[in-house]
Amino acid sequence: MAIDAETLEEQPEPAAGDAVLEIRNLEVTFKTEDGMVSAVRGLDLDVRADEVLGIVGESGSGKSVSMLAVLGLLPPTATITGSAKFRGLELIGRKQKELQPIRGAKIAMIFQDPLTALNPVHRVGVQIIEAIKAHNPDMSNRDAYNRALELLELVGIPRPRVRIDQYPHEYSGGMRQRAMIAMMMANDPDVLIADEPTTALDVTIQAQILELIKNVQERTHTAVVFITHDLGVIARIADRVQVMYAGRTAEVGDVETLFSGSKHPYTRGLLSSLPALAGRTGKLQPIAGAPPSMLHPPPGCAFHPRCPMAQVLCTQEQPPLRAIGAPQQLSACHFADQVPDTRPGT
Amino acid sequence: MTDLQDLVTTGAPGLPGGDVSSSESLGLEAKPLSPSRLAWRRFRRHKLAMLSSVILILITVLCVFAPLFTKYGPNQLIRVNGVKFALQHPQHGHWFGTNERANDMWSNVLYGGRVSLAVGITVALASTAFGTVVGVLAGYYGGWLDDVLMRITDLFLAIPFLIALILLTDLPASQPWAQTIIGPSHSVRSIIFIIAILFWMPVARILRGLVLSLKEKEFVEAARAAGASNARIMLRHLVPNCTGQIIINTTLAVAAAIVTEAALSFLGKGVDIFTPTWGNLLGNNQGFLESNPALVLAPGFAIVITVVCVNFIGDGLRDAFDPKQLSV
Repeated sequence: MAIDAETLEEQPEPAAGDAVLEIRNLEVTFKTEDGMVSAVRGLDLDVRADEVLGIVGESGSGKSVSMLAVLGLLPPTATITGSAKFRGLELIGRKQKELQPIRGAKIAMIFQDPLTALNPVHRVGVQIIEAIKAHNPDMSNRDAYNRALELLELVGIPRPRVRIDQYPHEYSGGMRQRAMIAMMMANDPDVLIADEPTTALDVTIQAQILELIKNVQERTHTAVVFITHDLGVIARIADRVQVMYAGRTAEVGDVETLFSGSKHPYTRGLLSSLPALAGRTGKLQPIAGAPPSMLHPPPGCAFHPRCPMAQVLCTQEQPPLRAIGAPQQLSACHFADQVPDTRPGT
Repeated sequence: MTDLQDLVTTGAPGLPGGDVSSSESLGLEAKPLSPSRLAWRRFRRHKLAMLSSVILILITVLCVFAPLFTKYGPNQLIRVNGVKFALQHPQHGHWFGTNERANDMWSNVLYGGRVSLAVGITVALASTAFGTVVGVLAGYYGGWLDDVLMRITDLFLAIPFLIALILLTDLPASQPWAQTIIGPSHSVRSIIFIIAILFWMPVARILRGLVLSLKEKEFVEAARAAGASNARIMLRHLVPNCTGQIIINTTLAVAAAIVTEAALSFLGKGVDIFTPTWGNLLGNNQGFLESNPALVLAPGFAIVITVVCVNFIGDGLRDAFDPKQLSV
């Protein structure tokens, strides 16, 4: 089935709680000179309507790659298998041309570095108008301009009538990220993927951008996928969290569940390496070792070389993702039921 | 959509906007500083380039409006008291003297400048446009297209420049198909075509390199994530970011094309010798260098001054567009 405006409109509007984006058994492999690198190894992920899903993981855990794969934004050296359905519409294996009406209009993405994500030679307003008109070619320039003004106002840029005509270099870093968000919200997407949108910003601006994304999400009911390595950020913004390790899901659950009753030693490790959580004193406990090379991922559970609970079984068999603990909680650990209830170190 | 409008009309209480207030007070009320405005600001500070611009504009005006500045046509026979007024030294009324065919040299230099400048500018525009297309396509798509386009570019660079030019100028005379494409032998049109065919390669290489680095920038990925097509990314995002290089190269190509045309005409292989061009004037009068130096020096200096001015302007533009030059 080819993707065009009509087929998109025929898709049922998702109700809250339904999955807008369903990823099943996604695998992404890169061909490199040293061999095949498996960046994502069988990922299942649901993005539900009107929620903020946080994806946490270390560098190289496949969190960004899986999202880029869904949008077809990976270089041709990547081999992608599995399935990613947007409102029932398969996205994997589509041609670039077929994905264009989806990108920006249905699934939008904001990036890590706002300083380079805006084109330096065009006025900010022009870039927003372009994003609008890319999906609404019949809209008049005046309407698009007014819409761009609305969007700048939505993302909290003061005096948008002045700012709309300015160039990116006249914006501060935080404002540029606001402008990016305006651009990506231009077509009222069903899913907004935010790939570490606050990492390149200083802490106070970070808080403002988080607040803004949350605010925009609450007003527009767009599902947000928030990719980060920062659990502190997750705690502030996410409704649900998916923890990724070595290209697979380690644990999924509501944000409260995971922070208080995690059933996976990796999540536990991440939490105890977090500074300044209320009520905790003493030294931070980093997770021993380094993330595995995806060129030769360890057999069995990829986390076993670093896991304090590892047994022989863990070196042999990949643990399946299974329901445990709280409702909606899934953990990929053979010994999930033995993960101690209290956080180590307290 | 309705949600957004709703939000805007009702206002967005509690939307943080603190990070911008500091820059608001810094007087950013003024006109937006576009990259081209910044470049113009830097260019204006380049004294030599500014002076060169003034001189070049003067030369261009003199040539384009030649009839206003001379009462003689370039091939008009001048008689004084019924006698052919040939090979005269510079004097009142004939600033550069007259040549052996009793034509006024001042008017020849002005009318010749029309052709020389036209050839220079047209060649520069055509070759830069073509080179830009080749370079952007090769850099953006990469892969086999890049290989094919760059090998063709290498092939053209390997052709001995002057020999190829000379051979090509005679091609339309013997080959009807060549005449239909590039016009009759030694016509201005054919000379423009022939020079341009051998001028686009450096631009293609430079633009390819630029696009190779630009396409990795996040704004290109962001544009793609926003649903932009390849054509849109190339036209709206990549080419505008190469404007500086494109302008610099066009300018420098103007100078090089003027010199090439002059060399070709001097060798008798350029525009036919009865059409005045600076190269033709040099070539036709070369025998009078000792007896009547103004006949050679006038077109010679016209070429030198024009080319030097164009090159200084190119330098000024290079400084103005240099992204590493951060001062405003």
